[in-house]
Amino acid sequence: MSVLTRTGPSRARAVGCRRTPAGTGGHRIRRWLGENALCVYAALALGYLFLPIAYVTVFSFNDAKRSNIVWRGFTLENWENPCGASGDVCTAVRTSVEVGILSTVLATMLGTLVAFALQRYRFRGRTVVNVIIFMPMATPEVVMGASLLTLFLNMGGVVTLGFWTIVIAHVMFSLSFVIVTVKARIASLDASLEEAAKDLYANDLQTFRRVTLPLVAPGIAAAALLAFSLSFDDYIVTTFNSGTVNTFPKYVYTSAQRGIPAQVYVFGAGMFYLALLIVLLGELLRRRRSRGS
Amino acid sequence: MSITSVSRVNPTRPGGNRRARPARSEARRRHVPYLLLLPGLLWLGVFFVVPIVTLLGTSTQTRVPGGEIGEFTQTLRLANYWDALSRYQEHFGRSVLYAGVATLAALIIGYPLAYMIAFRAGRWRNVLLVLVIAPFFCSFILRTYAWRQILADEGTVVRTLKWMHLMPEGASLTATSFAVVCGLTYNFLPFMTLPVYASLERIDHRLLEAGYDLYGGPWTVLRRVTFPLSMPGVVAGTLLTFIPAAGDFVNAGLLGTTRTQMIGNVIESRFVDLNDYATAACLSFLMMAVILALVLVYIRRTGTEELV
Amino acid sequence: MRTGENSTRTGSSLSLRGLTKRYGSLLAVDDLSVTIPKGSFFALLGPSGCGKTTTLRMVAGLEDPDAGDIRLGGLDITHARPHRRPVNTVFQSYALFPHLDVFENVAFGLRRRGRKNVQPAVMDALDLVELPHLARRRPGQLSGGQQQRIALARAIVNQPQVLLLDEPLGALDLKLRRQMQLELKRIQTEVGITFLHVTHDQEEAMTMADTVAVMNRGRIEQLGRPADLYESPVTTFVANFLGQSNLLDGEHAGDLGTHLVVDVRGNKLRVPRSRVSSRDRNILVGVRPEKIRLRAPEEFVPENCNRLSGGVVLDASFAGVSTQYVVRMPWRQDLTVFSQNLGIGERFPAGSTVTVAWEPEHTFGLDAAAAGAPERPRTDPRES
Repeated sequence: MSVLTRTGPSRARAVGCRRTPAGTGGHRIRRWLGENALCVYAALALGYLFLPIAYVTVFSFNDAKRSNIVWRGFTLENWENPCGASGDVCTAVRTSVEVGILSTVLATMLGTLVAFALQRYRFRGRTVVNVIIFMPMATPEVVMGASLLTLFLNMGGVVTLGFWTIVIAHVMFSLSFVIVTVKARIASLDASLEEAAKDLYANDLQTFRRVTLPLVAPGIAAAALLAFSLSFDDYIVTTFNSGTVNTFPKYVYTSAQRGIPAQVYVFGAGMFYLALLIVLLGELLRRRRSRGS
Repeated sequence: MSITSVSRVNPTRPGGNRRARPARSEARRRHVPYLLLLPGLLWLGVFFVVPIVTLLGTSTQTRVPGGEIGEFTQTLRLANYWDALSRYQEHFGRSVLYAGVATLAALIIGYPLAYMIAFRAGRWRNVLLVLVIAPFFCSFILRTYAWRQILADEGTVVRTLKWMHLMPEGASLTATSFAVVCGLTYNFLPFMTLPVYASLERIDHRLLEAGYDLYGGPWTVLRRVTFPLSMPGVVAGTLLTFIPAAGDFVNAGLLGTTRTQMIGNVIESRFVDLNDYATAACLSFLMMAVILALVLVYIRRTGTEELV
Repeated sequence: MRTGENSTRTGSSLSLRGLTKRYGSLLAVDDLSVTIPKGSFFALLGPSGCGKTTTLRMVAGLEDPDAGDIRLGGLDITHARPHRRPVNTVFQSYALFPHLDVFENVAFGLRRRGRKNVQPAVMDALDLVELPHLARRRPGQLSGGQQQRIALARAIVNQPQVLLLDEPLGALDLKLRRQMQLELKRIQTEVGITFLHVTHDQEEAMTMADTVAVMNRGRIEQLGRPADLYESPVTTFVANFLGQSNLLDGEHAGDLGTHLVVDVRGNKLRVPRSRVSSRDRNILVGVRPEKIRLRAPEEFVPENCNRLSGGVVLDASFAGVSTQYVVRMPWRQDLTVFSQNLGIGERFPAGSTVTVAWEPEHTFGLDAAAAGAPERPRTDPRES
């Protein structure tokens, strides 16, 4: 009998971490640790994840002159004038944003078409298509970057390494992720919804426009977001195919030798908090909407 | 009332045996998928498949003697592969070692984190998941560089460790293999955590309750019920961590030295700095082959069919 | 749309002829022909896999028949695309568009046909299903029963010539289902549209429909009014699918004018001629469990009653309204008897010997080798 009472279902369903422990004295702390070991561990892990972010945030306020390595003093100057002395940072950020938007639009459009073809139609050579789509996700970035560079070099004078080769490369490796994401969303669509639309006098085009597309839209949006993040943060493939053009990650890497200027930290931290804010807001909106009007 | 039994009626069928729809729209339908596929596949074909195939061709070329740097001719010299392998076997080994240790560390850190989010988080689940991927919102180069600063000799962490006598005086954490593995673990931790979480979340809670009901303590249930059921997630996470980690060169570049170089670094330097395209190409394919072999062995051993 | 006087305008008769559909080697619908009169509530009843849903989808245009044709009031719609048919469907999963609110869901069909001012028609339809206050809610915020009624409103608002219902009550709990059955019947009578209702629930079909067609393996086994189907089944499948039946092997042994005499294990039973659908010598004699009365062996049984003596009660289950008996006959066959609990206290405990008796008018006779005959009468498995 005692065995049953010791291991009741309350263990399995314990949600949350206990805050006020039972018992008295120094035992309390040990008991609290024991019961909440998992939560403590998880908190440590999250702390570990955010440690560099904290560092970046702190040092974005550093009154550093040339190299932002040692803490000199607190200043808001970096945040007020993020483009700094040479403006290189801003150029790099702007390039990253432009490349990101362009490659996202292209990859999302092309990828969505492919996803529909895969999920909704029958055609021959499906295996080959699946392999071609899957391979970029399994290929190391070094290989993709280097081989694409070889292609551009072999094209001789026709192609100069720069903005457009970066865009081409980014679309290339984003396509697979877009396709997989949108395809999953299409697959989860209830087939009877489109049947209902047709039953209610919608022809094929109207069914697509008024029922299919709105319902697939969240998947397309997620794919676009994914494509943008992949593009913005990419270093390896970019570095092979960019020539002299700088994107933000490339700028950071190359200035790592000399010492990264504080403005870079400003952008890094700023982007982080902006993105975090957007995501958390989106989550809040979602919760409010699902609770009903 | 009489009974009406309708089982077989053979009326005249005026035009009733007409088959499919008019042929014209049928043909148009058949071409639609190919049109949809064309742009995307063309892009991948030209900018991915062709380069890889070209790289394959490059791998068997040799330098033109007395020619410019970067000038190669096709000689179909398969010995290039052997040369590259024997010359850089140390780097291959190191890459596998670092990636392996990093994957293991990511599992040790990530599994409890995923477990906590799946089973203990309740309403905060989505927020916690966002927090797990949030670090990606900051450039990973920047974060990796931040680690170098954090682990620097003048930094707080090292100074505290030395003050607590946990580290010998002359030692340094940067430019060590320890730092490289730390960086790898850190950067790929979410890749391990999220698939494991997805797998844990799908476990039917009643199975766990059955385990407790059958006199299993918490550890026993974890070992014999939860962990085996989460294997697909563990396998997926391991692959998603190991494969990119083995090919990475950023962590080794920023946090290590020439003594801790991974195969990715070698490929990059061979290609960009030394224009030794043939060797770089060989190394690329060798790396892919090594990774593939390890992955196949791993999958065979864990025996899971579904990876997602 | 409301009053029944418009039934001549809103209803149309639906005729299916030689309809056939194959999926690979599986023959889902086998040469099906039936005419559904306009303005009627018609039910297609059958077990899962019998082809009823496939038939419905072919009428809706969501499947293409391999052979046969479909005519709606004379108009051939066999291969017309679904959006060109004046037919609407209420889906089993309701299929309400989650990204539109209730009003837009109901208005969907009207808008696609180009109607500009949809407000009056939509509100009328919502009034009909008594949910006008939910017009601005999303489908995700509605209960199962409400979703079902909105799906109905969305179909009816288009005033189709035939309304197809694909097991619409399947997902509802028992009480709600009974309520909706009455609702549907009321609406159909009020609006006058032809309803084609597909279901596997025989009680549902019998309470709601004017005409029921029982389907099995792609074919219609019997078609008629619910009472006729129940009291006078023509195949063993129908006899066992609609309620329960006791079926006894017998041989034609004589004629008595309006009745036939059938010899069942030595007992002479009378069967009304009009209820025998067999010309064979071998006749399966059938009687419904609720028509049988149990008597103690020494009790008086009127002369003209059909009777079988020597039964032993195996099981007596008290079910509130009735007691369900299983009676084993001397030839090792078990009969089921439902006895209304008119008094208090058990009449025949397990082990007692009883005589089984019923009015000859309640007997029916089936062809022993009729189509759908894999349903053999329940005999003791130990026998063979």
